[in-house]
Amino acid sequence: MFLVVIKNGITLLDEKGLRNDGRRWNELRPLKMSVGVLKRADGSAVVESGKTKVLAAVYGPREIHPKHLALPDKALLKVAYRMASFSVEERKKPQPSRREIELSKVIKEALEPAILVEKFPRTVIEIYVLVLQADGGTRVASINAASLALADAGIPMKGLVTAIAVGRIGNQVIVDLNDAEDKYGDADMPIAVIPITGEITLFQMDGTMPPDLFDKCLDAAMEAIHKIHEMQREALRRRYLKIKEELIKGGGK
Amino acid sequence: MISEVKREIISRIEKEIIINQLAQGKRSDNRGFFDFRKINIVPAPIEKAEGSAFVSLGNTKVLVGVKVSPAHPFPDTPNQGIFVVNAEFPPIASPMFELGPPSEYAVEVARIVDRVIRSAEMIKLEELAIIPGELVWMLNIDIYALDDDGNLIDAAMIGALAALSVGYIPKVEIIDEDKNKIEIIREEKRPIPLQDMPVTFTFAKVKNFLILDPTHIEENIMDGRLTIAINMRGEICAVQKGEGGGFKLEDIQLAKDIALRKSDEIRNIILEQLAKKPRGEESWNEIRGLGNGED
Repeated sequence: MFLVVIKNGITLLDEKGLRNDGRRWNELRPLKMSVGVLKRADGSAVVESGKTKVLAAVYGPREIHPKHLALPDKALLKVAYRMASFSVEERKKPQPSRREIELSKVIKEALEPAILVEKFPRTVIEIYVLVLQADGGTRVASINAASLALADAGIPMKGLVTAIAVGRIGNQVIVDLNDAEDKYGDADMPIAVIPITGEITLFQMDGTMPPDLFDKCLDAAMEAIHKIHEMQREALRRRYLKIKEELIKGGGK
Repeated sequence: MISEVKREIISRIEKEIIINQLAQGKRSDNRGFFDFRKINIVPAPIEKAEGSAFVSLGNTKVLVGVKVSPAHPFPDTPNQGIFVVNAEFPPIASPMFELGPPSEYAVEVARIVDRVIRSAEMIKLEELAIIPGELVWMLNIDIYALDDDGNLIDAAMIGALAALSVGYIPKVEIIDEDKNKIEIIREEKRPIPLQDMPVTFTFAKVKNFLILDPTHIEENIMDGRLTIAINMRGEICAVQKGEGGGFKLEDIQLAKDIALRKSDEIRNIILEQLAKKPRGEESWNEIRGLGNGED
């Protein structure tokens, strides 16, 4: 038996325990990852989580301007998270909002622990994320995409960074929140992890969470992160198999 | 030469090789001087926008979205809808682009697209009134460069054209005409009323050679740039000369002749792709495949 939860006319949980888009509590939205989608950027990736579509590009390590920003012992990491004006219901003005500035910062701090920044002193590594369509979970999709783009750019890392949002509707833990669940659910908790080392590098929450559900949420997040991490590795493998094929076919051109 | 567009450093040898090839009638990517690269249009990939299109011109990629919302009309055209074209060239698209407000180049491209749409009278603005004199539809046409391998102007124009062509206007119910109170019914919709399909042709002048649809390497060494727009009736409906360098009268006449000769061909390529390709979520299969890495 499941408790039906209806808010603002949206059935967040039905009598079968299914969510507003028909998923079970721990089911991810269809997740697609494509690496090396752009020609001009040093590294790039598109991550699609259902209707959420995010493009990430990476440049560097390259010369830093203005020079006084250079750090003597490591590369400076620059991250800009931006939303396309048409990515949301109401047109978003192109000027960065406070939200975009905060997200740029937390995404940077989620990625930095994985990057061997000390290998490239006095340079800059730039990560640009553009949300093409937003339907919840854009920051975690951005982290997953940026981490693939960093690998595609050949930037040395301890490991990939993998992220997921978990949360709750009433007493039910849910994984990979969509826009409606983010807006009308009771809690939203995005988490990023470097699965190779086990370090948690992004941790936020809004809403309220009883202590017993808090632990359950963390467990559900870790399980999802291991699945997504495997998919990221698979996306990179496909990319490098394709490069290998091209090298063999093109005679090294 | 002073240029508005920040250029990359290109070696003298590379420049000479490209110019020598042009002298032998060849381009670095084996195209003819007046050939477009392959045009791919993915219609309506963004479900949150009333109209959208992803366009690739060779490796150049743009995403255009059209958002439709009610607004007050301009006092001098109280019964006409409004459209605003904006272009964002984010650093995602090129190592030469920077964060911040649109560069001069982005503003120029947005204004060219705006001017072409306006001169060709492409959108039937008088059909976009909601409460005449009080409320009209405003179309925000936002162009995002995603990958700049040259000729963002033509890619942006094709993108705007395609996004408008697949776009829609939601139905409105007027609740109280005196108070401008309306209800928007998104489920019922009509196409954006259009009456023309202008296309642009952008040429680069490199030394004495005129070439259509330059790549970013060709743009790096070009002396001048010339864009010619042609409407459906075969009239020239906007022109823009860009960058330093000068054009001879013969260059301009040649460019105009090529544009006139090719305009139906390009228009047909666009129409065909809009007609036969899947829209919405399914269209992403093609976007994934267009990159270097497939799904």
